[in-house]
Amino acid sequence: MSTTAATGLPTPRAHRRRTTGGGVNTLPLVAPSVGLLLVFSLVPLAATLYFSVLRYNLLNPAVGGFAGWNNYKYLFRDPALFYSLFVSVALVVEVLIITVGLGMILASLFETNFPGRSIARILIVSPFFVMPTVSALIWKNLLMHPVNGFIAWVTRGLGLGVIDFFTDWPLSSVVIIVAWQWLPFAFLILLTALQSLDEETREAANIDGAGPIKVFFFIELPHMGRAASVVVLIETIFLLGIFAEIYVTTSGGPGIATTNLTFLIYERALLAFNVGGASAAGVIAIILANILATFLVRAIGKRLDT
Amino acid sequence: MSMRSKTQPVAGSFAWLAALLMFFPIFWMILASFKTEVGAIATPPQLIFTPTLENYRDILGRADYLSFALNSVIVSFGATALAILLAVPAAFGMAFYPTARTRGTLLWMLSTKMLPPVGVLVPIYLFCRDVGLLDTRTALVIMYTMMNLPIVVWMLFTFFKEMPKAIIEASRIDGANVWQTIVHVLLPLVLPGIASTALLNIILSWNEAFWSLNLTAHDAAPLTAFIASFSAPEGLFWAKLSAASTMAIAPILVFGWISQRQLVRGLTFGAVK
Repeated sequence: MSTTAATGLPTPRAHRRRTTGGGVNTLPLVAPSVGLLLVFSLVPLAATLYFSVLRYNLLNPAVGGFAGWNNYKYLFRDPALFYSLFVSVALVVEVLIITVGLGMILASLFETNFPGRSIARILIVSPFFVMPTVSALIWKNLLMHPVNGFIAWVTRGLGLGVIDFFTDWPLSSVVIIVAWQWLPFAFLILLTALQSLDEETREAANIDGAGPIKVFFFIELPHMGRAASVVVLIETIFLLGIFAEIYVTTSGGPGIATTNLTFLIYERALLAFNVGGASAAGVIAIILANILATFLVRAIGKRLDT
Repeated sequence: MSMRSKTQPVAGSFAWLAALLMFFPIFWMILASFKTEVGAIATPPQLIFTPTLENYRDILGRADYLSFALNSVIVSFGATALAILLAVPAAFGMAFYPTARTRGTLLWMLSTKMLPPVGVLVPIYLFCRDVGLLDTRTALVIMYTMMNLPIVVWMLFTFFKEMPKAIIEASRIDGANVWQTIVHVLLPLVLPGIASTALLNIILSWNEAFWSLNLTAHDAAPLTAFIASFSAPEGLFWAKLSAASTMAIAPILVFGWISQRQLVRGLTFGAVK
């Protein structure tokens, strides 16, 4: 975990000199936050692990006791689990490609000077501040509805016929909505990174005869690399937990076409009341998130150290 | 700066095109909120119409709308106040008196954000049910405080780090204790930092839609849950949905425009500046 070399954290060498904390006992200052976080992360985590080896169904209190690995065994025999894992990962990967790719192009465009730049920037970041349930319903009803939606009207006008988004392309439709919400985030972070680019580098490239396309690929793109990996890490954490957009638009359907792991656990736990099974799936969600997180943290750590 | 000061019409046009496309869904929703229900679903879509305030009047006239809005306000401001209260001393201690544990503590806080909420949904749901916290604002305030505490500590830590250490030492020499130093010397200096941290925290809590959908039913349901109720097939009132949505996002949109910069700082844990 060497992610924070650039974040102003004390390096190990720096606090060897100050191990006492400057003679001030900071424990009472730090303890409440750390203690509460510890309780609120470890206790539910332990409970999830515990429930996952129990026979525990809220609808059937007669059934109980220790289940051992049975919840996991049933889960791994269930094709829905593997499909939901696929949906989770596909959602993350597709949204990441769209938001980081378009985010880089947009950041590069907004680094130039043009009239009304700050207003255009405000417009572009707006989707990030719209609550997930609202953005899902705007897209589902006002835009993507096959009869009355705006997009249906446009495609009909162009003679392309009507796309029934949530029936024919359910997962892609969810990806579009989520990407719309997260593109502003990627854009803002990449733009922040780009603004730290040395103006002289760009000028030198211009004097050497590099056009805007070349400047983008050979100067701006490498400069945004670290910020892009931070975007990937943060977005992955949030995108694995995508819930409201699915809940409001497709409810995981048609069939299980848009059921990601988060939605699967919600269904098992709060609709089917299968606490044991849902907890086992929860453990898998935690493992998946941690595999991705360590993988990404390591990738970012390497970049920060060089 | 010579290049930046030169206007670039081609890049500018593309940037504006992208901005208008990105904003279009929000614009279209705001437009629909001023249409009649028939007008909102009309094909071809109405572009020129007589605006009506009927939808806003309807939504505001519903007794429950105000209770949903009130829940959103209480929960997001309450969770923010609590998180700031917990985080200010912690961030102060770690920024000004770092110990051998500080680095590890901060990284561990970051790591708690990697625990997926759904991984702990079952025990938290059952716990809330058993102690009678289901569908209460208290449950949401606690969850949101814990959810955002790492971000708040990190943001305040980076703000405190930028404060000159000499000021603290001077006030300590003058005989002020740690608490007096925080309240009388440091707080006035970092107030802008705390304000922007609070703003970001309010935005995140206001828009949160996992715990609010799972832990509330009606009494404590905030606007996120109220809007979700429009997804039911019998609730296809597009104009009213648009009016309710516009009111639900308007204050947060303005907050968001103000706090763009802090968003970068807070959500990347200071890794991008």
